[in-house]
Amino acid sequence: MISYEQDLTPTLTATVAEAFANATPLLIRGRGSKAFYGRAAQGQTLDMAGHSGILEYEPAELVITARAGTPLKHIEHILAQAGQMLPFEPPHFGDPQSTGGTIGGAVAAGLSGPARPWQGAVRDAVLGVTLINGEGKVLRFGGKVMKNVAGYDVSRLMAGALGTLGVLLDVSLRVLPLPRAQQTQIIPMSATQALAHLAEWNRSPLPINGASYHEGLLHIRLAGAHSAVHKAMLRIGGDTLDHTAATHYWQALRDHHLPFFRAQTGDLWRVALPLTAPVDALPPAPQLIDWGGQQRWLWLDHPNDAAKIRSQAQAAQGHATLFHAAAGNPEAPFSPPPAPLLALQQRVKASLDPKGLFNRGHLYPEL
Amino acid sequence: MSISAELALESPPLAAERYAALIEGLRAIVPTAALLTSAEAMKPFECDGLSAIKRMPAVVVLPETIEQVQAVLKLCHHQAIPVVARGAGTGLSGGALPSADGVLLSLAKFKSILDIDETNRTARVQPGVRNLAISEAAAPYGLYYAPDPSSQIACTIGGNVAENSGGVHCLKYGLTVHNVLEVTFITIEGEIITVGGAALDSPGYELLAVMSGSEGMLGVMVEILVRLLPVPETAKVLMAAFDNLENAGQAVADIIAAGIIPAGLEMMDNNAIRAAEAFVHAGYPVDAAAILLCELDGTSEEVTELLGEVEAVLQRAGSTGLWIAKNDEERIRFWAGRKAAFPAVGRLSPDYYCMDGTIPRRQLASVLQQIEAMSKKFKLEVANVFHAGDGNLHPLILFDASKPGELDRAEEFGSEILTLCVAVGGSVTGEHGIGVEKLAPMCAQFAPDELRQFFALKAAFDPAGLLNPGKAVPTLQRCAEFGAMHVHHNHLPHPDLPRF
Repeated sequence: MISYEQDLTPTLTATVAEAFANATPLLIRGRGSKAFYGRAAQGQTLDMAGHSGILEYEPAELVITARAGTPLKHIEHILAQAGQMLPFEPPHFGDPQSTGGTIGGAVAAGLSGPARPWQGAVRDAVLGVTLINGEGKVLRFGGKVMKNVAGYDVSRLMAGALGTLGVLLDVSLRVLPLPRAQQTQIIPMSATQALAHLAEWNRSPLPINGASYHEGLLHIRLAGAHSAVHKAMLRIGGDTLDHTAATHYWQALRDHHLPFFRAQTGDLWRVALPLTAPVDALPPAPQLIDWGGQQRWLWLDHPNDAAKIRSQAQAAQGHATLFHAAAGNPEAPFSPPPAPLLALQQRVKASLDPKGLFNRGHLYPEL
Repeated sequence: MSISAELALESPPLAAERYAALIEGLRAIVPTAALLTSAEAMKPFECDGLSAIKRMPAVVVLPETIEQVQAVLKLCHHQAIPVVARGAGTGLSGGALPSADGVLLSLAKFKSILDIDETNRTARVQPGVRNLAISEAAAPYGLYYAPDPSSQIACTIGGNVAENSGGVHCLKYGLTVHNVLEVTFITIEGEIITVGGAALDSPGYELLAVMSGSEGMLGVMVEILVRLLPVPETAKVLMAAFDNLENAGQAVADIIAAGIIPAGLEMMDNNAIRAAEAFVHAGYPVDAAAILLCELDGTSEEVTELLGEVEAVLQRAGSTGLWIAKNDEERIRFWAGRKAAFPAVGRLSPDYYCMDGTIPRRQLASVLQQIEAMSKKFKLEVANVFHAGDGNLHPLILFDASKPGELDRAEEFGSEILTLCVAVGGSVTGEHGIGVEKLAPMCAQFAPDELRQFFALKAAFDPAGLLNPGKAVPTLQRCAEFGAMHVHHNHLPHPDLPRF
């Protein structure tokens, strides 16, 4: 096996300290698998990929600690050997044959896969971090235990911050046992029927940990004890997908390798909504429903549709993100927050990175 | 110097002129009945669940609208008056202890459940709603709110978010931070800000997590959206006895290693077992070195399947006795002993001091042995109850405050336990918060630069430092003083700081 053991803390710290002294903006980069996501940021590249290795992992503690540059694939492999997994199923973008992204990138991007509504998001799994702040100081927050309310929760603040608040050196994450049984049911129906079923099942204690809909087919993933999965399958109905095909489907959904994500042109939008939001809450467009109805992917062709999808998502108590823009589209990825919330985020940014060194403008122009 | 002696030295009451201006300003905002100024009326607010430490506020205000909260905060900001927000006051670390020169802002009148959305499984509530009241309101829909701190009959959801409260079911269902979707709060400047939302994973900084467990130091919460869960079909409890702590600790690790996440996994040591048994007659084996209580929930088939496996794991781990609650009545009796552990221990001793450290589970046996040694050193008895599943230890130190020196010894004993928790890779508080009680142990957990970072983050929300001042994060100067106090442990937490 390839060795991933390498500690670059001294080099990285020295680089940040120097950048602080010279006010040099830094562009923190892992393996670039999510480089398309967020606004383009400028700066001198701070390469994290070499800072890797698993620092601590005892399966019975349900916690893994790894350096930020450790490949996701490596972590998932080590966990699987012990019968465990990352609860939030982080996506692996890019060529499936490549090494793929890093764990630091997964935390910074804050993106979660199909199990998110049932097993929690990235932020839910974060227990602790070691980071370099904007003054070049190495700081440790949170820890390696489930329960820890000492001090402000700076570690979870890193999830989804797109690296704008600090350089992650290592992260401690909560892990879960792999489900003892897993089975996928496919049921043909309309989108409206699918949302109605999902709403009904959401109220029941069913062992669902994946639910997506596209082109007339609802996919339901059941996971848990054998007897619970079997009983739920009888209630839900449909046809059982064979194990290999099911594994492939959920991975392809997670990693955006399904034809829906590949064969389209235009802008790919991610819209998060309450599951009760009807299909026509959003503009008519090729759509894939995930997260049991709470995340909807849309392809929009017309740049003028941006304002429309943002306002419609907001009217439905949700939010729309331009996840992957067509080349040359200058539209901002993230909807701007209300002024007081943006001002607060600017102050939070300044408290960790007073000179604005890290991934400047990657999230919002002001951060 | 004990914590109470130290607090007496700070925050003198408001000067007469400033007091008059404050009262005049408040009268223009809230009706007279919502202002408590007499010593008699303010007495119930002088402390929270940490009743050993008391302090009277300048005034108690009970607003009932968001606009009133905004106006009170703006006024206090303008007049530079400290504000301490308070829910039901059940906290155990003094987080709601008033400032002598400040406003005690009670959210007691914010007790409406605004909406239960059964399909999206959410409840929109005001901060003064009691934790259990949410589950009661959701029950007709077959739903409940999962985090269940032991004070759930009385504690409020606002306080739960402020403390990031836990309970006995955290291992499977998470802490408060995992079960809250959105929080609306008012800044000290009176601005209204909403973080999180009804839709998942909104862009921008994860400020909802920062608000969780922030102990009222960043903003005053006025509305909260929580996630509800379907009530599990059934729950079963299994009790296992062990004749030594190592085996009990190993059994906990073995259950998790078998890929089972129980709804609850609790441990009690012999002192705690005997105290609880004498108090509630739960049917505990009083000669056991430790018992484990393991609750499994889910569909009846699932629970039966897992119960058999857990039984086998416990037997292999050397359990000396196994009991499965035959019915709900027996299940409730098994839990009654655990839930009554604190008052049961309280009967054995005039006073007890409840600690709240977390440790990696594998350290359990070793930590309990060291606590036993400390017990001999400080000549104080200790009983241990343990949220074993998530590594959260509650040693209860028995003492008699009327005997000179015992309170100080108990505090020092507690502090030493928490220092040990940090040394083995844990934390000084799992669910009770820092408040005023655990400022000293914070100095052992965090380095000066980390404390500085906390202050910088606090200033991003509250630049003037008016919200709940002096709580949760110790000043560097304070750590230096505590450090000097702890020199005889041959351990200097901050050698780079000047000593006073």
